[in-house]
Amino acid sequence: MNEFQRRQAKNRIIVVVLVAMLCVYLFPIYWMFSTATKTKLDAFSLPPKWVWRPQAENFRNVFYVGGGGALGKVKGVEVKPKPSAFLRQLGNSIVVSFVSTILATFLGALSGYVFSRMRVRGKDDLLFVILSSRMLPPVVIAIPLVMMYRALGLFDTRFGLIIMYTVFNLAFAVWMMRSFVDDIPIEYEEAALVDGYSRFQAFFKFIFPEMRVGMVATAIFSLIMTWNEFTFSLLLTGEKARTAVPSIAHSLGTAGVNWGHIAAGSFLMVIPVVVFTFLLGGNLIRGFTFGAIKE
Amino acid sequence: MSAVRVENLWKRYGKVEAVKGISFEVREGEFTVLLGPSGCGKTTTLRCIAGLELPNEGKIYFDTEDVTPLSPSARNIAFVFQLYALYPHLSVYDNIAFPLRAEGLPREEVKRRVDEVVRLLQIQDLLQLKPRKLTSGQKQRVALGRAIVRRPRVFLLDEPLSNIDAKLREVTRGELKKLQKSIGATTIYVTHDQVEAMTMADKIVVMNFGDIQQIGSPHEVYHYPANLFVARFIGSPGMNFIPGTIHQREKLGILLDGDSFIPLENEQAKAVEKARTLSPQVVVGIRPENILVVPEQEALVKGEVYVFEPLGAQNVVTFRIGTHLAKALLPGDVSFTVGERVSLRFKEVRVFNAQDQKLIA
Ligand SMILES: Nc1ncnc2c1ncn2[C@@H]1O[C@H](COP(=O)(O)OP(=O)(O)OP(=O)(O)O)[C@@H](O)[C@H]1O
Ligand SMILES: [Mg+2]
Repeated sequence: MNEFQRRQAKNRIIVVVLVAMLCVYLFPIYWMFSTATKTKLDAFSLPPKWVWRPQAENFRNVFYVGGGGALGKVKGVEVKPKPSAFLRQLGNSIVVSFVSTILATFLGALSGYVFSRMRVRGKDDLLFVILSSRMLPPVVIAIPLVMMYRALGLFDTRFGLIIMYTVFNLAFAVWMMRSFVDDIPIEYEEAALVDGYSRFQAFFKFIFPEMRVGMVATAIFSLIMTWNEFTFSLLLTGEKARTAVPSIAHSLGTAGVNWGHIAAGSFLMVIPVVVFTFLLGGNLIRGFTFGAIKE
Repeated sequence: MSAVRVENLWKRYGKVEAVKGISFEVREGEFTVLLGPSGCGKTTTLRCIAGLELPNEGKIYFDTEDVTPLSPSARNIAFVFQLYALYPHLSVYDNIAFPLRAEGLPREEVKRRVDEVVRLLQIQDLLQLKPRKLTSGQKQRVALGRAIVRRPRVFLLDEPLSNIDAKLREVTRGELKKLQKSIGATTIYVTHDQVEAMTMADKIVVMNFGDIQQIGSPHEVYHYPANLFVARFIGSPGMNFIPGTIHQREKLGILLDGDSFIPLENEQAKAVEKARTLSPQVVVGIRPENILVVPEQEALVKGEVYVFEPLGAQNVVTFRIGTHLAKALLPGDVSFTVGERVSLRFKEVRVFNAQDQKLIA
């Protein structure tokens, strides 16, 4: 084998390994999709069916209550499908996670800049305190939080959840953005200062665009974290402001485990994050390799 | 363009004293080089002049104006950074135009000024490229362009040539000097490369350990180094040093280790005479080109060829003189064999006090 063939063989092995890994990673999504589009019978058949007639009923049931088998006339009474809470919950998820992600990323970028560039008294202690907000599992602070939220009238409001998630993501955003700013050579700002710009202008004209890559990466992580967050949403909301993730889980209890229903709901939940990540994904990869970028 | 005066400048970083009360002047249009080994405080000094660091003590004047309290943007200076610090998201054109936009100049004026600089530096072909795509030589030009375009009071350059390859550096040295003279730019240039300093400077400020060792023209620091540090730092191959004592024979001179005697003339003899009373111990410094091989009857010193390195036009020959080694630069057409005994003479010597290492004569 010459050098060229060897490299080709190596590439082929890499491709095989990647495909195998991809199969493992994508299998749950396939399973979710198949369960969502199968009838109950098909979903539980053993061995699993690889070919089935897809049907959209589970998806409809996500959006309407009183659907399922009971649609049409039951004992002479017309059963009208009623819109379910899912749309509202999805709306809550979207509003809460996007707003808190934007807030956390923006605030994180500003404070990350300050922590990286300016002399802050007790900088290390402050950074530690910020990080420590992430050290306790949510359950530990759950009871005081719920009591505080009730007292402040934030319980079961989107605003309350937004505050919670912003704070929650801020720790991550500050640390992440600080290390991104650390990687931007300080000479750029100094060059801008010397060139006649104020510190503020230097930040917005130069550092801010350079930080964009880092901000996108931070935003994607924050969004995924918020979107999938379960505990706080379950604890701090009731009917009105609850997000989609705990709601789907909630449907476990009510009428036996309707796996098709859950799969359909979960599948719908995955879509926005996937779209968002794909749209900004190029930036994310650049974000990971940011340290390697030279001027 | 302005003159610059630095007065008693101190800069400390915690316990580290980076710059220890230095003072020097740069005349208008003068090319001054801050020269010294790594960590001696050159960059710190330059950054204080730029206003990027606040000195602990001391003042900085541009002409008669005290600029010490001014921010960098208020000083109207240009700073070329070691890694050029070109803005990566801006094209070459925008990079050069950047400082002009800070002044809020109208579009046409910006374009006119940028075009002028671009023509001067011959970088027309690069205008639309992003810095990532440039070679380091090109980056260096663009960084220079960004510096000249705003017609600053002072140019500050921090090792601008250290990241380009040796060949290009040689060319750029000449061009930079020409450019500086043609626009009459007051320039402060930091480097640890003594060749750069010698070839470009009108005035060299030699620094070590945060302190100034000598201020002088390239000629002065080369031929009359103020102390052993400067003598060692400047020149390649470096100056040779042989310890000795001041001694009187038919003339006043230096008795080297062993038995060789080097007589001194006029001025030098007078200065050495004066120094003799303080301490007779001295170090004699000889530049490699001042060691001559002579017929036996003219010999002052006997030596033995220790290493012979032909370089083509010249040969570097290391002689053993007594227990000391000395490198000589000799014409390329004479060759030696190792171990050969030769007679030597020194065309010019410098005498340093062995204790405080300062130049006596
Ligand atoms: N921001 C800083 N914080 C602490 N110490 C510093 C800082 N900047 C410089 N120093 C110290 O001050 C001294 C002088 O540094 P400076 O950068 O001026 O040296 P230099 O002559 O430019 O060296 P080089 O040729 O390596 O660039 C060094 O000992 C350095 O470690
Ligand atoms: Mg330096």
